[in-house]
Amino acid sequence: MMRSLLLCLVLLAMPSWAVVETRRFSSDLERQRFESLAAELRCPKCQNQNLLDSDAPIARDLRDVLHEQLQDGRTDGEIMQFMTDRYGEFVRYRPDWHGPALLIWVLPALLLLLAVWVAWRQIRRASASSEEDAA
Amino acid sequence: MKSLWRFLPVGVFVLLAVFLYLGLGRDAEHIDSPLLEKPLPVFALPDLSDPDRLRTQEDFKGAATLLNVWATWCISCRVEHPFLVRIAREQGVRIVGLNYKDDGTAATTWLQERGDPYAFTIVDADGRLGLDLGVYGAPETYLLDAHGVIRYKHVGVIDERVWVDILQPQWKRWQSPGGQP
Repeated sequence: MMRSLLLCLVLLAMPSWAVVETRRFSSDLERQRFESLAAELRCPKCQNQNLLDSDAPIARDLRDVLHEQLQDGRTDGEIMQFMTDRYGEFVRYRPDWHGPALLIWVLPALLLLLAVWVAWRQIRRASASSEEDAA
Repeated sequence: MKSLWRFLPVGVFVLLAVFLYLGLGRDAEHIDSPLLEKPLPVFALPDLSDPDRLRTQEDFKGAATLLNVWATWCISCRVEHPFLVRIAREQGVRIVGLNYKDDGTAATTWLQERGDPYAFTIVDADGRLGLDLGVYGAPETYLLDAHGVIRYKHVGVIDERVWVDILQPQWKRWQSPGGQP
């Protein structure tokens, strides 16, 4: 009995988030937007946490601002712009496709292509030389 | 040509080593402010010593100014304060305080006890101006030129070393009304 009770408690504790706050949302959609935007914004103070995780005062303030702007009916784009205008491209976990950030998006693909090309050359050369050996 | 390919791994290694080395020297805490080279955000906030008087971005025109974000709850501000008092008195540096999310009475007492280095202090009780400035932790200090344009931002305590090495040269540079000397 005790054991199953403990198990229940452990299971119940799983969905608890690092930061517990009560906020009012006018709809489930608004709540979802709040959570997804807060997860995509990086806390400027505690740098490897997003706004949803962080308990730093600035993260709390920014969550308040985010909530307020959602209630004001601002679009996701407008909110992101508001944040980057003040805290820089730094606060976005997924930077835009322009400027130096473009490199982050394009470089892995380019390197993969390069690797495939090098491998293809090697294989072709190896098979060509083995054919020569056979002949 | 063929033999050159043999050096590719070495090339990759060197490139990686260079990036990693640069990464070691980087201060991860340092974030470039997107507000650099931009005018101070528009605001109208009360003066700490005279709440009926509203201070605006216009109060920053005419001379290079340090805008120092501080609060009585900020422990590092305690460390920084005596140095600000010193440069304000000895070198005549114009410093404006931004009392960030603080209690007005506590702030006034603080200035009476520790000395007031500020030409005036702006009360930003709900942190709105702080937000517009991209403040993420006091103390932070902005250097504004004589036109009220933000030229430099320092996050953290200003001490002798920071002042002499970084801020003082910048302050001298932006002091003349024409901008760059």
